[in-house]
Amino acid sequence: MTAVAERPAVVAAHDERVLRPRLRPGRRIRGGFWIGPVVLLSAWCLGSATGLLDERTLSAPWTVLSTAADLTESGRLQESIAVSAVRASLGLALGVAIGTVLAIAAGLSRVGESLIDGPVQVKRSIPSLALIPLLILWLGIGEPMKVITIALGVLVPVYIHTHNGLRGIDERYGELAETVGISRWEFVRSVVLPGAMPGFLLGMRFAVTSALLALVVVEQINTTSGIGHMITLASSYGQTDVIVVGLVVYAVLGLVADTVVRLIERKALTWRRTLEG
Amino acid sequence: MATHAGRLNDRTGPDAGSPAVRVRDLHRSFNEAGGVLNGLDLDIPAGEFVALLGRSGSGKSTLLRALAGLDRDVAGSGTITVPSDVSVVFQDSRLLPWRRVLDNVVLGLGRKDASARGKQALAEVGLAGREHAWPHELSGGEAQRAALARSLVREPQLLLADEPFGALDALTRIKMHVLLRKLCAAHRPAVLLVTHDVDEAIVLADRVIVLDDGVVSSDLRIELPGSRSQADPAFAALRTRLLSELGVEDDHHLRVEDTQRLRVEDAVRRAS
Repeated sequence: MTAVAERPAVVAAHDERVLRPRLRPGRRIRGGFWIGPVVLLSAWCLGSATGLLDERTLSAPWTVLSTAADLTESGRLQESIAVSAVRASLGLALGVAIGTVLAIAAGLSRVGESLIDGPVQVKRSIPSLALIPLLILWLGIGEPMKVITIALGVLVPVYIHTHNGLRGIDERYGELAETVGISRWEFVRSVVLPGAMPGFLLGMRFAVTSALLALVVVEQINTTSGIGHMITLASSYGQTDVIVVGLVVYAVLGLVADTVVRLIERKALTWRRTLEG
Repeated sequence: MATHAGRLNDRTGPDAGSPAVRVRDLHRSFNEAGGVLNGLDLDIPAGEFVALLGRSGSGKSTLLRALAGLDRDVAGSGTITVPSDVSVVFQDSRLLPWRRVLDNVVLGLGRKDASARGKQALAEVGLAGREHAWPHELSGGEAQRAALARSLVREPQLLLADEPFGALDALTRIKMHVLLRKLCAAHRPAVLLVTHDVDEAIVLADRVIVLDDGVVSSDLRIELPGSRSQADPAFAALRTRLLSELGVEDDHHLRVEDTQRLRVEDAVRRAS
């Protein structure tokens, strides 16, 4: 009789194992992405409040906030953000467009591959930032130089990952496409582009980071506007709080851009069943 | 022989009244050592269901791929005549994972009523209501039924099937046999079914062809009643004969065991 009474306990233990997969990561934690940043921010607050962090080394979060408020009131912050955001977006858009077109051309035809892949791989081994001296000579120090430097940094990851995704499309789908007799355009639209989408979106995540990286560098060269200019100026006056405001803006821009790409990723790739769940 | 190389892609449509598929002196080889197909001749009349048996490496799939026009990089010669509307069902469903089931069925079907016809085809294979499912949400049998719907919606004059049920479990396979017979009876395409399952060939086909050494080694018409029972002695005789053609002696012990299995399968078929 006791054996019968014990049975439910065994069943419950089994259920637990079903709920928690042994090898896979398990259920998604709600808002899990923000836990790390919040912990870091708390440590900063704590360090400043206890005096462990010197004001001259790193301003306290509340000083940074009030400085941000002052800068907003004078209109300088919004102006700088707008200028920087436009620069980054233009460079990003240009780089993504060129990278994608090159990847598709190289992925769909052997001639395209022979013409495009080599040069892009060569370009990959030259950091875009190393090209700045040459670009300054060609384009001057104005906006075109900045936008093109950003675009050059963006182009490479978009090309590499999209091309990789494209080449990774199962050849059986190509065979199927031939048996249902679809046109080349329809093939690109319904097989090639969706198949390369995971690669493209991964490339986009790298591209967003590259764009910000290039933005930071170009904004510190002979610039009279933008977040980078604000930081460079603050540096010469020893204003840590303004520098931190600038850095926070860069961080927020980066986070927002990455979040947007991730959201698009989850929306666009609902057909996938992966570890991400 | 040199002139034959240029005729590899000599695929033309049939004239009125001639067979749907006409293959003459077909040669295919993957290396210098020897041919996979060595001068194969084959006719399939319109609406006939032909099952193609053969040991592995006998050239079954090579023949099917030649008829489907999927053997571009293979050396060979000969003439192939196939209808203009050919449809292929593969061993795997090959549903595009990024398109919902209905969008997969109507892939490349550039006509205004594509969606309505796709839905109708899905209903025919028993997948009504699953139009908006993702392929990964389907079971193996459902995915293969969707693939069948994708072929049927094109109203092919020739349906080529390369071991379409090879990856399914035994019970699902029996249900698929029933479905395929029903669909073929309704749409009457010529069918070439590649399989290594002798029972499947006898249950489904009007005619069974055995391929050996790259040529047709035997060509049998299946004269069994409509509902084919594996318990029928004529069925068993055909089975033994085909197995021996394939180089397998029908072992007695095996047969006793199989008979029991077949009774179960028959019961399931009647139930479905």
